[in-house]
Amino acid sequence: MEFGYYPGCALHGSSNDYEKSIRACMKVLNAGLKELDDWICCGATAAHSLNHKLSTALPARNLAIAERDGVGSVLAPCPMCSMELIKAGRALRESEQMRRQMSEIVELKVEGKTDVINLIQVFERIGIETIKSAVKNPLADLKPACYYGCLLTRPAKVVQFDDCERPRSMELILEALGAAPVSWNYATECCGAGLTMANEATVLELANKILKNAAGSGANCIVVACPMCHVNLDMKQSAVERRYDTAHGLPIYYLSDVVGLALGLNKKELAIDKHFVCARAQVKR
Amino acid sequence: METLEKVDSAFAGTSVEACYQCGKCTGGCPVAGLMDLMPNQLVRLVQLGRLEKAMASTAIWHCVSCQTCTTRCPQSVDCAGILDVLRQMSAEQGKAAPELRRVLVFQKAFLDNIRRNGRLNEVELIGFFKTLAFLKDFNIPLLMKDTLLAPQLMQRGKLHVIGEKVRDRAVVRRIFDRCTKPGKGA
Repeated sequence: MEFGYYPGCALHGSSNDYEKSIRACMKVLNAGLKELDDWICCGATAAHSLNHKLSTALPARNLAIAERDGVGSVLAPCPMCSMELIKAGRALRESEQMRRQMSEIVELKVEGKTDVINLIQVFERIGIETIKSAVKNPLADLKPACYYGCLLTRPAKVVQFDDCERPRSMELILEALGAAPVSWNYATECCGAGLTMANEATVLELANKILKNAAGSGANCIVVACPMCHVNLDMKQSAVERRYDTAHGLPIYYLSDVVGLALGLNKKELAIDKHFVCARAQVKR
Repeated sequence: METLEKVDSAFAGTSVEACYQCGKCTGGCPVAGLMDLMPNQLVRLVQLGRLEKAMASTAIWHCVSCQTCTTRCPQSVDCAGILDVLRQMSAEQGKAAPELRRVLVFQKAFLDNIRRNGRLNEVELIGFFKTLAFLKDFNIPLLMKDTLLAPQLMQRGKLHVIGEKVRDRAVVRRIFDRCTKPGKGA
């Protein structure tokens, strides 16, 4: 099985631990990743806030590259990227005028026919049963709070993935790995995402609520499938603790980390050693 | 009615007039508590054509674009999309609330970075943003913020002083030019 791959800037920047972890899992599961040639940034919040046209054109260029190179399904592990790519794809499919205009702007023919998927969907397509049968190290001690954040399921009409108010897709994977995901209230609340730099107070407040609710619901870690969620909950966790005079000490794992651990990979192979909050005892291998 | 029509076309893709002020957008907004005007009030201002007030609010810059409002609206009004348009107009017309202008400064620096490199160079972006914010209002705490994280990031191989650049940067620049030149529609 092979997927097209759009890493996005974060995974080639400070969230390179996420990329390493995904690649390690894919190798074990015999799934190939074909990175889009010379992909460009999707524009993220900055583009959709300040220049609507650009927020379609930047993703459209990447969709055009995928179409040109005959890549049908593309994994975008960052939900910001995947949402922007899906949104642009929909706009293109809906209007002939948009297809013409964007093909001109991005200098490549683009129709928006690429199937853009998130990391959860990649695991689903590989097959939860397949993954389950490959588990070497069941995660019996793990009680994760599965955190979806904002853009994995929203806007629901755009991304059309899982139930936007009560998603379960990550829990199903975690259960197959032998973990016992907890029921909690902040699974789809936003962490503040890209405001980390410009408006940190907001991020710390939101992150604190998320961490507090996860711990209060009996979780011993949080599992995410987004580089921004990881930054705000892991890297910023000590800042949250200082500001709110509390101690959460909750390890934050990428979904691929926990899949990889269950498949028998170690912390280093999954770059869990690059996280800020020390990983708990059960993954010290 | 003239104002309403004008506004509606400017807010392409969503029917602002469909909002009946149930307040569900505000109820689910994670940052409503920080806003000077609530999301439902912003939508109301747009309905009334009072864009100046909406554009000058701090609310539009507090918004985290989490799409909860849009997803939950019983009338399918794209509230988050409306805030995008308000931010764009506010930025273009120089109406951004001074208290939160740093958010706009950050987003402009972000786009500028993409225009030059094709991909985000985090170190360069943070450097630019901090310098701009410092020159604007001598924001020393912001200048110093996260400096202690730098060595930790470095130690983890997460800090890339020389960022990635795409090969075809010229096409990226042309895409930006075509999207920023006025009078080219949509």
